[in-house]
Amino acid sequence: MSSEIIKNTIRFFLLLLMQVIVFNNISLYGYIQPYPYLLFIILYPVNSGRYGLLLSSFLLGIIMDMFCNSGGIHAASCLILAYFRHNVFKISFGLSYEYQTIKIPTTSLKEQIVFVGICVFLHHLVLFLLEAFSFTLFGYAMLKVLFSGIFTIIFSVLIINLFKITKK
Amino acid sequence: MQQIISFIIRNGLRLLFLLLLGISLWLTISHHSFHRSKLVNSSNSFTGYIYSKMASVTDYFSLKEENERLYEENLLMKNFLLNNKQITENTSLNLPVLLNKEVKVMGAKVIENSFRKQKNFLTLRGGTNQGIERDMGVINDKGIVGIVEHTSKNYSTVLSVLNTDFQTVAKIKKNNLFGTLSWDGKSTGFVQLTDIPRIESIMKGDTIVTGFSSKAFPEDIPIGTIERATLDESTNTSTLHVRLFNDMTQINYVYVVGNIHKEEIEELKERTEDNEQ
Repeated sequence: MSSEIIKNTIRFFLLLLMQVIVFNNISLYGYIQPYPYLLFIILYPVNSGRYGLLLSSFLLGIIMDMFCNSGGIHAASCLILAYFRHNVFKISFGLSYEYQTIKIPTTSLKEQIVFVGICVFLHHLVLFLLEAFSFTLFGYAMLKVLFSGIFTIIFSVLIINLFKITKK
Repeated sequence: MQQIISFIIRNGLRLLFLLLLGISLWLTISHHSFHRSKLVNSSNSFTGYIYSKMASVTDYFSLKEENERLYEENLLMKNFLLNNKQITENTSLNLPVLLNKEVKVMGAKVIENSFRKQKNFLTLRGGTNQGIERDMGVINDKGIVGIVEHTSKNYSTVLSVLNTDFQTVAKIKKNNLFGTLSWDGKSTGFVQLTDIPRIESIMKGDTIVTGFSSKAFPEDIPIGTIERATLDESTNTSTLHVRLFNDMTQINYVYVVGNIHKEEIEELKERTEDNEQ
């Protein structure tokens, strides 16, 4: 159990640093801005408490907001993703699936993309709508959700599979 | 009482979620108003430390351009200095020198600069310890950059020109027509000067500078040149699209300028307004 906590803490800071140092500087054509830091919420162990998930996601978001000077938009979108994550589990792995034992890196690529995809679009939808904060920019925000979402999914799935510990 | 406690225990997760969501939405909404939260911004020592570490690495990539820029600025200063010797020696023309003493100038290094969003900010290494205060103007050799928003001991955040909340008074240099300078959130190279009365003599390429009544900036700091104008028929005023002298995507070192008598002016203004009521 304590090794899980250490692993998650390390993941928290590594993803945050990677986001701030590398991915925040990626911006193509004004629409593509990937946010793979939300992998922390996706990879947070299923069977450990949801209170911990909510609180750590909020902390993650609020630190991101400090770096980006963006008020509370990251905190809000991370929270919503963290709260509805178990619903996404049910949607993408089915009700009958014993989701208490799922480990994302061990599932098939197709399942990974579906699950990560739903999570990413949920997060980005809240994020970019709050960022635009007006309906005149609604179309622009939607395009950002689409294009940034695709890139976040690509980076997230790559990171999951790159750092997968393969058991022989 | 027991019912309330059991309700809280049963719905604890939902309540925690709603509480945290409430906090983050409140932060978001207050971020869009003038009085931004003092807690969540990048002027704190944690984010400042990480950004300055990052800047110490990325600085090397722009060293050559930075040197050339400094050389050009020095050239300009030298030119000015050598040509103004006669003026300063003449005692009857001391006025500009006296006026310049109103302004104090501090140097600061930009450690983080955003320009892709609607509300952009810069983070500077330099805070209250270096004499930087809220509402001071931030410029570089080419023109204006922004206005100081929050300060901590060693870091400060700057409201960029490329922020939809940014506003300052600016004028057309050749005929002293005043207007309000703001940004429409579209292109990083252009800002808008609004409320300019319709006048035929406005030409493409005319220089825009800061106006004298601006709180943060001294007079005549360059901003940009007129690119095109659009006329609002109903109010008969035109909006000028101004091409910035600064490339806001590449800002490295800046000067923070403050009016020494700012507090005195503010106090005087307040007293005058009180008297009128």
